[in-house]
Amino acid sequence: MSEAMAPFRLIRPASLDEAMAALAVEGAQPCSGGTDLLVRLRKGLLEPAALVDLTGIAALRDVVCDESGMWVGAGATLATLARNPDLAAYPAVIQAIDSVAGPTHREVATLGGNLCQDPRCVYLNQSHWWRKSNQFCLKYRGDTCHVAPKGNRCRAAFSGDVAPALMVHRAQIELAGPAGARQMPLAEFYNEDGAAHTALQPGEIVVAVHLPPPGPVSEYGKVRVRGSVDYPLAGVAVACEPTPDGLRFTLAVTGTNSKPLLVDIPDPLGEDADAFFAALVKTVQKAVSPQRTTTIAPHYRRLSVAALAGRIARRLAADAP
Amino acid sequence: MGQGMKRVVSLKINGREVEEVVPDNLLLVDFLRDRQGLTGTKTGCDGGECGACTVLVNGRARLSCITLAASCDGSDIETIEGQAARGRLSALQRAFHQHLGAQCGFCTPGMIMASEALLRQNPSPDEAAIRTALGGNLCRCTGYVKIIKSVQAAAAEARS
Ligand SMILES: Cc1cc2nc3c(=O)[nH]c(=O)nc-3n(C[C@H](O)[C@H](O)[C@H](O)COP(=O)(O)OP(=O)(O)OC[C@H]3O[C@@H](n4cnc5c(N)ncnc54)[C@H](O)[C@@H]3O)c2cc1C
Ligand code: FES
Ligand code: FES
Repeated sequence: MSEAMAPFRLIRPASLDEAMAALAVEGAQPCSGGTDLLVRLRKGLLEPAALVDLTGIAALRDVVCDESGMWVGAGATLATLARNPDLAAYPAVIQAIDSVAGPTHREVATLGGNLCQDPRCVYLNQSHWWRKSNQFCLKYRGDTCHVAPKGNRCRAAFSGDVAPALMVHRAQIELAGPAGARQMPLAEFYNEDGAAHTALQPGEIVVAVHLPPPGPVSEYGKVRVRGSVDYPLAGVAVACEPTPDGLRFTLAVTGTNSKPLLVDIPDPLGEDADAFFAALVKTVQKAVSPQRTTTIAPHYRRLSVAALAGRIARRLAADAP
Repeated sequence: MGQGMKRVVSLKINGREVEEVVPDNLLLVDFLRDRQGLTGTKTGCDGGECGACTVLVNGRARLSCITLAASCDGSDIETIEGQAARGRLSALQRAFHQHLGAQCGFCTPGMIMASEALLRQNPSPDEAAIRTALGGNLCRCTGYVKIIKSVQAAAAEARS
């Protein structure tokens, strides 16, 4: 018998209204595929009074494609999205989805769960006895961040693959909560704080992601130890679009900070391509701040994600019309 | 701390109708192993990392160690015990036996259930498709080569 999780009530609403009502109760936690949440519950990393299972809400699984772009419900599973022909027009998104966890996780893992998944750290994602013997940590039950003991915030790293890919395609995120619906650029949904990394207010959930009509070519790459079932040590999405001034690049990085990071590349590709890509690599190196949140050294993650960004950007430029 | 709750779930396990009272926080793997005595499904890690607990829920592969039994109300569940029919091993079980796809055997129930899900969707998978489908199932013994051979052999047998 597995070690018992702290008791909770499972609530299975059939509509968004029912879910909103269930989530309005203190201590209620939304649950989609559970591939992030159930693991954390089993490790005793949170003790919600109730889990509100969103998987019975058909409206959250809708995927609509029209002239305004794509509307992807937060409850759509990664396995269904990977097979969606319309989403193929956003290559980095499909590649990122395909690289999440393993195929069995992706059968139930949802887009909303992927975007909201908890930031990770070697001092956090451990069993209860491991954490207890280490006096817990700043994020949960302790008072010190073992990664940056002098700091006053949690440095756990956001490690979702899909967010950066959506960000370079300028996705908007739609939320619904007790105060009504709201929408914002996905990049603005995140905070640089491992203990409070999203803009979600109590009782609020992600309803959908909206992608503008396809434009840029894009690619997602990920540095990891194994070829499957591995979180990104660092990952980068690159989009490339022709403008009157030349090719413009948009980058977003995951796994290095407590939020997925948009990296600004102000100038378009000029005459001297080698100098441009060398500068792009340096910009990424400077922008990211990997910490000792994984067993792999932060410096390696900084250099490798920047190198990967450079490689992908060159590839996209070479293929650009 | 939340107040625990119980509920009655009705589901099918390997074709048999089952109705039981389960606590909301009971994992499917514990329900199968401890309440149903179906110990073929294994627990190889402390949550979501190894694939040993793979079962089929409504025909699709699922990790029973991060699935709540209460959320399976009304579902059709298949475990390794449902593979053999009337004393005869399934094609996958025979292939794993004949092609040495099992060594210590701990990962094997999960490997076979994940392969079963694959073959139902894609009866003629190439090697890449098999590797992808078993990407979440870890084996410490075989080195995977013989597992892939076993799945290929089972697929070939089903086609012949
Ligand atoms: C072994 C293993 C490897 C993994 N590897 C990767 C990887 O490589 N890349 C990666 O990105 N992820 C990885 N994951 C994490 C996880 O599988 C994915 O992030 C998955 O997409 C989470 O989706 P879910 O529906 O299962 O989320 P859940 O577990 O249901 O929820 C995750 C979090 O989001 C909240 N939530 C869920 N839905 C909503 C919503 N609609 N609105 C607001 N909040 C919501 C939950 O309360 C919870 O806090 C891995 C997990 C495991 C166990
Ligand atoms: S026991 Fe379920 S994945 Fe390891
Ligand atoms: S046969 Fe021993 S773990 Fe796979």
